[in-house]
Amino acid sequence: MTSSALKHSSRFSRDRWLVAVLTGAAALSAAILVFVVVFLARESWPALDRIGVTRFLSDDGWFPTSGRFELTPMLAGSLIVTLGSLLVAAPVGVGAAVFTQFYAPGAIARWYRRAMGVLAGVPSVVLGLFGLMTIVPWIARIRAPGASVLAGALLLALMILPTIVLMTDAAFAAVPRSQLSAAAALGYGRWTTIRRIALASARPSIVSAIVLALARAIGETMVVLMVCGNVVQYPSSPFSPVRTLTANIALEMPYATTLHRSALFVGGLLLVLAVGLAFWCLARFQIRLERDD
Amino acid sequence: MRTDAGRWVLVLLASTFFACESREDGQTTIVLTGSSTVAPLMTEIGRRYEEQHPGVRVDVQAGGSSRGVADARSGLAQIGMASRELTADEQDLVAYPIASDGVTVILHRDNPVKALTQEQLLEIYLGRARNWKAFGGPDSEITVVTKAEGRSTRELFLDYLGIESPEIHADVIIGHNEQGIQTVAGNPAAIGFVSIGTAAVDVERGVAIRLLPLDGIPATLEAVSSGTFPISRPLNLVVPRGRHGDFEDLIRFARSEQVHDLVRAQAFVPIQP
Repeated sequence: MTSSALKHSSRFSRDRWLVAVLTGAAALSAAILVFVVVFLARESWPALDRIGVTRFLSDDGWFPTSGRFELTPMLAGSLIVTLGSLLVAAPVGVGAAVFTQFYAPGAIARWYRRAMGVLAGVPSVVLGLFGLMTIVPWIARIRAPGASVLAGALLLALMILPTIVLMTDAAFAAVPRSQLSAAAALGYGRWTTIRRIALASARPSIVSAIVLALARAIGETMVVLMVCGNVVQYPSSPFSPVRTLTANIALEMPYATTLHRSALFVGGLLLVLAVGLAFWCLARFQIRLERDD
Repeated sequence: MRTDAGRWVLVLLASTFFACESREDGQTTIVLTGSSTVAPLMTEIGRRYEEQHPGVRVDVQAGGSSRGVADARSGLAQIGMASRELTADEQDLVAYPIASDGVTVILHRDNPVKALTQEQLLEIYLGRARNWKAFGGPDSEITVVTKAEGRSTRELFLDYLGIESPEIHADVIIGHNEQGIQTVAGNPAAIGFVSIGTAAVDVERGVAIRLLPLDGIPATLEAVSSGTFPISRPLNLVVPRGRHGDFEDLIRFARSEQVHDLVRAQAFVPIQP
């Protein structure tokens, strides 16, 4: 009796510790995000206050040392390069995951997953150098200058591909085997089974994978700084050079002072808002899916 | 039991934290930031200095001359690096030259154009001339590579051409010298301007670029050394007037004959004693 009560209390205290540690870990990660957003907001405040939100949208170009602060071409640059990379990486990534999960022989699938893991770990500066020395000259041969939206989108696609492949692959692996066998028993072909059963049930995870990839692509700095050409303008074609908000911060933060510096933080704040918006849309989408089920 | 284990984890974490702290204790770190032209040279000089002074760490970060000036002022760095003279409103700082360098125009090795006059460069950098055919080159569109604002190489080059910052045309904007050299090396129709020192070292390594003469004077160490090259500049270490500390010994070292071989190895010109 007494021993069982003791045991109970010790388990209770163990649980309490665990809950405390877990709560602490969760609170810490949330607090860091809040801290970063507050920091960004505080640093951007002088610019928001003295330049005003509208001038970031309507000034005549970005010449911060001459008091002209238009950020929209760079916001457009960030969005276009990111969407371009998703356009390449999403179909290729999902296709590659279908291949590894349903068509590839076991050994090849295992090696392929490992290779994707390695690709995910390649430092962005290495990818950037690779792009600068191979992809940029290759595009320049089609149309100068080579450093362009296209170069940035292709390299970012390479960078986010592993996220999409591995997450989609894991989602396919989680589809109950019984459902796949049932589809086969009903006489569905392999492709129909994949399309009607596997893709349908993995859809929420695929969308999460794409949003996660989007967040990584939009925040990437080194690669786009090296291969996009960094000219502040609305791109007129995939071959136009473009400057993203991240590249702008990296290029100018080292020497920026006062309002200029603060304006760069406004760029950072815009990026965080863009990513936040993407995750909000994701949440809405998932709620809608659950309701449909 | 569990509570004890938790405490032990805390104690362990705390002790590693303090261990890191105390390891920092016996060491002095000297931080230098600024010009990407000076940074590779100061990295080498810093390495040699560390060998001779085991208790000292020299931490060199590139980011452009303006950053060097700003960080030296704010105290983020003990020493700023600037690849230009100090301006009239930077007289609160003292500049210690450690070498001199020039800025010149580079083309891809396969570009047949052998020289460009100041007027021709002006046409190119104002975006008026868009094709190499006008200068006896192939029929291909010129890719104009320009340095980002806040870089002294850009300011010196604009001064030479006599144009204002927003007027300059750019197809590609780059940050540091190496990025500019890689961009030109990868594009036969590109033109850029960089530090002679950095470019000359890369030419020796076989990078596909060529240095052009300016005003008929070849871009060589000798021309910079004799002062005849049109765009020459001092490579400076800058510190606020009246600030003293361990870093002064590093500045003396960087200006001494003990580092002349390092200066020459980077294709810069050592200062005359």
